[in-house]
Amino acid sequence: MDFLSLFVIIPTITVFAIAVSKNYQQTRLIAAVGMGIQLILSIVLLFSYMALRKAGNTEEMLYAHSYMWFPALNIKYSIGVDGIAVAMIVLTSVIVFAGVFASWISVEKWQKEFFIFLILLATGVFGFFISLDMFTMFLFYELAVLPMYILIGIWGSGRKEYGAMKLTLMLMGGSALLLFGIIGIYYNSFDTFGNHTFDIIEISHNNLPLNVQLFFYPFIFVGFGVLGALFPLHTWSPDGHASAPTAVSMLHAGVLMKLGGYGILRVAMFLLPEAAQTTAWIFIILATIGVVYGAFGVIWQKDLKYINAYSSVSHVGLITFGLLMMNTTAMDGAVIQMISHGLMTALFFALIGMIYGRTHTRDITQMGGLMKVIPFLAVCYVIGGLASLGLPGFSGFVAEMTIFFGAFQHADAFRTVATILVASSIVVAAVYILRVIGILLFGPIKNAHFEELKDATWYERVSTVTLILAITIIGVAPFWLSDMIQVSLSPIVARLTSVF
Amino acid sequence: MIMNFEYVLLIILLPLLSFLITGLTGMKYKPIWSGIIGTVSLGLSFSLSWFTAIKYFFAYGKIDAQGVLGDTFLKLTPWNINWLQLSPTLHIDMGIMLDPISVMMLVVVTTVSLMAHIYSIGYMKGEDGFVRFFSFLSLFSFSMLGLVVATNLFQMYIFWELVGVSSYLLIGYYYQKPSAVSASKKAFIVTRFADLGFLVGILILSYFTQTFDFKELVSPEGPVLGHPITAMFMGTSVLVWSMILIFMGGAGKSAMFPLHIWLPDAMEGPTPVSALIHAATMVVAGVYLVARLIPVYAIQAPAALEVVGYVGAFSSLFAAIIATTQFDIKRVLAFSTMSQIGYMMVGLGMSGYGGHEGLGYMASMFHLFTHAMFKALLFLAAGAIIHAVHSNVMNEMGGLRKYLPITHITFLIATLTIAGVPGLSAFFSKDEILVAAYHHNKFIYYIQLFVAGLTAFYMFRLYFRVFWNTEPHYHHTPHESPLTMTIPLMFLAFMAIFSGYIPFHDLVTSDGKALETHAEYIVMIPAILVGFIGIGMAWVMYKKETDIPDKISQSLRGIYTTIYHKFYIDEVYMFITHRILFRGISQPIAWFDKHVIDGTLDGMGKTTELVSDRIKGLQSGQLQKYAFVFVTGVIILLLSVLYFAA
Repeated sequence: MDFLSLFVIIPTITVFAIAVSKNYQQTRLIAAVGMGIQLILSIVLLFSYMALRKAGNTEEMLYAHSYMWFPALNIKYSIGVDGIAVAMIVLTSVIVFAGVFASWISVEKWQKEFFIFLILLATGVFGFFISLDMFTMFLFYELAVLPMYILIGIWGSGRKEYGAMKLTLMLMGGSALLLFGIIGIYYNSFDTFGNHTFDIIEISHNNLPLNVQLFFYPFIFVGFGVLGALFPLHTWSPDGHASAPTAVSMLHAGVLMKLGGYGILRVAMFLLPEAAQTTAWIFIILATIGVVYGAFGVIWQKDLKYINAYSSVSHVGLITFGLLMMNTTAMDGAVIQMISHGLMTALFFALIGMIYGRTHTRDITQMGGLMKVIPFLAVCYVIGGLASLGLPGFSGFVAEMTIFFGAFQHADAFRTVATILVASSIVVAAVYILRVIGILLFGPIKNAHFEELKDATWYERVSTVTLILAITIIGVAPFWLSDMIQVSLSPIVARLTSVF
Repeated sequence: MIMNFEYVLLIILLPLLSFLITGLTGMKYKPIWSGIIGTVSLGLSFSLSWFTAIKYFFAYGKIDAQGVLGDTFLKLTPWNINWLQLSPTLHIDMGIMLDPISVMMLVVVTTVSLMAHIYSIGYMKGEDGFVRFFSFLSLFSFSMLGLVVATNLFQMYIFWELVGVSSYLLIGYYYQKPSAVSASKKAFIVTRFADLGFLVGILILSYFTQTFDFKELVSPEGPVLGHPITAMFMGTSVLVWSMILIFMGGAGKSAMFPLHIWLPDAMEGPTPVSALIHAATMVVAGVYLVARLIPVYAIQAPAALEVVGYVGAFSSLFAAIIATTQFDIKRVLAFSTMSQIGYMMVGLGMSGYGGHEGLGYMASMFHLFTHAMFKALLFLAAGAIIHAVHSNVMNEMGGLRKYLPITHITFLIATLTIAGVPGLSAFFSKDEILVAAYHHNKFIYYIQLFVAGLTAFYMFRLYFRVFWNTEPHYHHTPHESPLTMTIPLMFLAFMAIFSGYIPFHDLVTSDGKALETHAEYIVMIPAILVGFIGIGMAWVMYKKETDIPDKISQSLRGIYTTIYHKFYIDEVYMFITHRILFRGISQPIAWFDKHVIDGTLDGMGKTTELVSDRIKGLQSGQLQKYAFVFVTGVIILLLSVLYFAA
């Protein structure tokens, strides 16, 4: 029994416990307890990881274990974490925890099934982050993506069938590319015994031939890129999020979209470094377009969820952009941005759900003056907005600045211009965020019904305060996180830079 | 240890503490407590700042680490922590640096902030958001103090953004009023745009120097002054570009043309906010930024410093002209602020580094100090006037000297000061700027001289229209404000009169060494003269109600309207943002995304459906059909095999 497997086992137990629960009260209580334990466990993991590093443990992966699973194909259940994975695990448990509280009363039917699928999804995400074997990684990835279809299709709103279908099909398309790429790597890699292997660490000890790399890199990059809302494959995000229920949006935009960036980092770039360097310019152009395009795209939107979805396209584009700069600083920024955007967007979707639950509309032109009637939620929204536009003191600022400064370390004009273009998105972000805040929260109250709205309940407060606290902790004291990530990035950066 | 300056951290943290306490728990108790907490914490910061200033300037500022007394004020760093390591060489620190200008700014910020706090207890009494107001005021004070003591460019940028957001929150204090909401949005977005320039400037500078640290940046052996950057871009050194971009950030915060459009609108905020943020402290951050980097500007990027000088001169003229036509008293003061900051920028633009060359620098810092005092006074007094007559517009005022004696006297003192009447503080500081301009650039000198006259004119126009002239019918008899409001006025009036006697040339100079100055009558006398001409013209036109102003505006109709509409700069911005950015870029992008990108994907889905629809007929479930197809297939196959075999 190893420590890391607990992160898959506890959600699994929770799922079974929910399956035998008797009513909504029990269901959500079990979910909250299970995910609370998971949160505590992930914080324990964080501290013990940092303690081990401090004690001088320089192994690439800590808590590593490997079990043979399917010997014929040399598929292993192989797990281990570095600082990046630890950070992502903490992020996931914070968001799932907040998500459970955001669904405290808002699930209208089949609550038991809802929580089962929600936590199953989380299981997949946790599994993905602890995996070191591409096959199990892919397995968990699929486990995380599939429940989404059911969650949106059943518990969603609006054009839910369309949104669910579109999201699932696009992500499945990405999976297909990904699977092809993974198998390609498998057949071109050898472990110490000369067998083909899915093990990431073992593959990384040898360099794959350049033509193999160049052939398979685009499949893996684009495959993960779909999930990371890479332009022009981002359109599942607005429609999917618009119809998804609150907790699903939170989890999906908060964590699942980060699987894309994480996969690009861990599989595409780490295993195929030469191809990554050679083709970087294409994806830098796409990422830059995504950042600017997404930001401008928001201004014209009127639906709160579309607004957040497009701003996510812009912010997630920054992750890809940072990764593509391929130096420690920029990639560090990209990982912080994964966490930061995850927390911020989860906060937004939670708040949007809470506001929608009260006003029954997501059209900002129908609303106004909410600050007066629901001050707590409104203040949270303003905090989220300020964090999202990159105000110092919140995580977004740290992430963005690290990316910009990292990207600017390159001397070539191409990357310099791209960086300045990307940096200009922070002005556009200020425009769209303040516009929404101004219309939604400030000004006179437009609808007389809104006068009677009730402010946040205790479970809503738990949900939002947890997220805001996390955003602020990173924003005020980013050094520990940044150190932890930079150390873990060094093998990846070493492989990327040894190419030239 | 008495030489120790570590306690300065408290000056900054006390307002932060007060922000957190009032912000998180302010709703739990009576609102007045938030006012008291805020004021007391600022009061402590204020005392510590003055104590620090005295200690620094008169006792320990020149003593180095070995305990040797030199002739130069040193840059002390009592606190510095590594906040974020970006790369092995580049790191963001958070710390406290004490040098003459930061110590001076500590005094300015805490003094004006304390006055604004005390004043607000009276002014904001009974307001709905009393707690919120004080909480934000503390947040602002914290951010501004963090900005002035910054040890490095990036720390400055961080706090720069934080003062920006405090300003946003306070301008939008009356959030149910649409004009306040749009004003706050405008202020934030315009300064954010300017900050993009600032950020890119920092990016370029740090790429070449690999440091953010002020001490290193301005040290003679440092990466800028010691090893000049030779890289060029478009025929000009990249250093000049980066310094111009950094100045862009400063110009945005300091409301220099063409990034000034937010400042007049920012007057939507409560008046104490205008006094503190939009007159005395935040808007001079741009001046402070340039002053902070003056050795780099003066030695390595003189072209960028020239830009600073011309932008300052143009802005000061531009704003002064507009100020003569405005009727909202707070807007007149806002344009006056812009004009006076232009003066400070001119001072820096006309400055060199070291010795007598640095006269403009000293003058600029001197004017920053005196301006903070008299302009805060003008705003607070204007607040008292607005409080009394419930209007901002000078047409609804007149003859107020009888009703508001203390406000009247203090306002008069401030007006005389800004007009440059000999003996009062701004006379000395403005004079030094003119001297510096006179020796460097005659053209700018004449502009500034003219602006000095205009300043006297528009300020006395305001004064006469409000306190003399014809008395309108008041619904309620105006009454003098409570003591909480008049005490700050009196204190600031005292400062406005006497702060000119602080020996700035000994204390705050470009290189930290004392500077010899002497009166130059060739500059002083014309300056006094234009001041009195301005006052005289205002006297003739506005002391009693006359038809001269109307006649002038009638005869110059086109020009007058243009000026009254602030040269239509706002309309230009509206065109750019709404027509070009929103309708021209954003709307097409939204369309493109929905119809082209998404359309393609949906098209793929539709095509698949269509194809399957067409071929699904084959699987009909009818046995006869299957049998028919099967038999036909076998026959075709058989025939083709026979054919190919033969």
